[in-house]
Amino acid sequence: MLRLILDRAVDLLVVLFGVSVVAFLMIRLIPGDAVQIMLGANAAVTEEAMAALRARLGLDQPMIVQYLSWIGGVLRGDLGTSIWTGKPVLEEILDRIGVTAELLVLSLGFAVILAVPAGSLMAYVRGGAADQIVRVITIAGVTMPGFWLGTLLIYGFYAWAPAWPAVGWVPIGQDPAGHFQRMLLPTLALGLPILASLSRIVRSAMLDALGQDYVRTARAKGVPERTVVLRHALRNALIPFVTAVGITAGYLFGGTIVVEQVFALPGLGRLVIGAIAERNYPLIQATILLVTTGFVVINFVVDLLYLVIDPRTRGGG
Amino acid sequence: MRLPRSPLLWIGLVLVLVQVGVAVAAPWIAPYDPLQQTILARMRPPGAPYWFGTDNFGRDVLSRVLHGYRSSLAVSAASVMGALLVGGSLGVIAAYYRGWTDRIVMRVMDVLFAFPIILLAIGIIAVLGPRTGTTAVAIGIVYVPIFARLLRGPALVLAESEFVQAAKVLGVSDVGIMLGHIVPNLASVILVQASLSLSTAILVEASLSFLGIGTQPPTPSLGLMLAESRAFLLISPWPSVFSGAAILLAAFGFNLLGDALRDTLDPRLRGRD
Repeated sequence: MLRLILDRAVDLLVVLFGVSVVAFLMIRLIPGDAVQIMLGANAAVTEEAMAALRARLGLDQPMIVQYLSWIGGVLRGDLGTSIWTGKPVLEEILDRIGVTAELLVLSLGFAVILAVPAGSLMAYVRGGAADQIVRVITIAGVTMPGFWLGTLLIYGFYAWAPAWPAVGWVPIGQDPAGHFQRMLLPTLALGLPILASLSRIVRSAMLDALGQDYVRTARAKGVPERTVVLRHALRNALIPFVTAVGITAGYLFGGTIVVEQVFALPGLGRLVIGAIAERNYPLIQATILLVTTGFVVINFVVDLLYLVIDPRTRGGG
Repeated sequence: MRLPRSPLLWIGLVLVLVQVGVAVAAPWIAPYDPLQQTILARMRPPGAPYWFGTDNFGRDVLSRVLHGYRSSLAVSAASVMGALLVGGSLGVIAAYYRGWTDRIVMRVMDVLFAFPIILLAIGIIAVLGPRTGTTAVAIGIVYVPIFARLLRGPALVLAESEFVQAAKVLGVSDVGIMLGHIVPNLASVILVQASLSLSTAILVEASLSFLGIGTQPPTPSLGLMLAESRAFLLISPWPSVFSGAAILLAAFGFNLLGDALRDTLDPRLRGRD
């Protein structure tokens, strides 16, 4: 058990090291003179400014030295300085990350809570035409572009509920009701496609579990059907479901970037897209590094939880 | 060979073929030039002679959707094909040689796989600059680890199989074994995953174009059309409706096809998800 956890921890460190190398190389791979490109759009670019930026990024040093000094800074919380505002990028990211995290948690929560009953119901009505209909609807849900769904929701609310504040953002402290009113549509735009994919996973995991020997045994023993479904089948079906939720979280982050744009939410997505137009590379680099590290660690924790909860995963791994 | 009975497979196949046909034939079947602006016919609702209406510049929405299919499918197909070639080869090579080759290749794939898809694409686009060609490269790189991971498993089994061992004894070269004996047996896995990947690649391409960092104007692109028309959504919703519906239909067709193909080609999965 301890050995397994150590093995996983080593895997985690290798992946995190790789992620940091990719993020590090990003700025170094910009074709041409990165410094000139980064300062390019700025009218008042002087030789001194370029030399200063070059020295700050350490671009005149050998690669290994550059990496070591960069990662050393990262580990001390120094992720670089925003090219445009001169503020530490970590500060700019922390200012925005709350909105994105809230949207992610709300939409994932919405999907997770509804996916279990929806998927179980889909497993229950299985067979014949119902299967095919369920399948078409869930595939349409999975492939629904969140940014289009969001756009349609905005139009629908404009047409039928014009008083509803569909777009924009207010801080929760200033107007809690208005805050959640404005979060409703983004949550639906992001959560509904996820609900479709998660309920499909619950359905097939339920069908799998219901076909297992332990379910047959329980039924043969005369355990009431309710208990068979809830205690024996559902609990086992939740194992693949939890993995899927972990993976979905990373995928969902891509969705938040787009949905923030649709609803004009001041989150991390808008910050990054703005940074591309401004060629604010340190900000893009730091965002990629932080967000990816976050998801890698989340998935690692989910993995560990399994080792504790489900004895079967301890064997082969 | 007996034709599969699954109606969903046929619906998926027809949807995909029609849309690919439309994309290929766009320049000939589009009623108007997708870039031609008719100032007097701005923001028309659907109706003759503009069946999907016109946008804020008086451009024909139907013609723009048809051409949009063309660029969206071209970018998605190029990226999935590239990812399949690179990622698939890496997966098969890792499985065939095992040992350190396997370990190193798959660790690199694990690293690439760790990044959220759109975030990695954004990083690549930031480095290469937002251009239409860049989008295909970015999406391609993002999908490389998916194909490598997917093909490695079955390739590992095939590499241990008797016919591969026999080919080795007969002195067939490593490349000959991989291309002649392993890859053909992976065809069904490749077909299913390529179809499913095309579906998500279409969505990623549309997302990036919607964000303004994918396909660049004036090239008509479905994601870009949706982004541009959103500013006029409340006055003229039709361009937003049609461009978004086209994205959904394209992604839906490939996903349905891939899903039904998986069932048909792999009987063990039949009746599951």
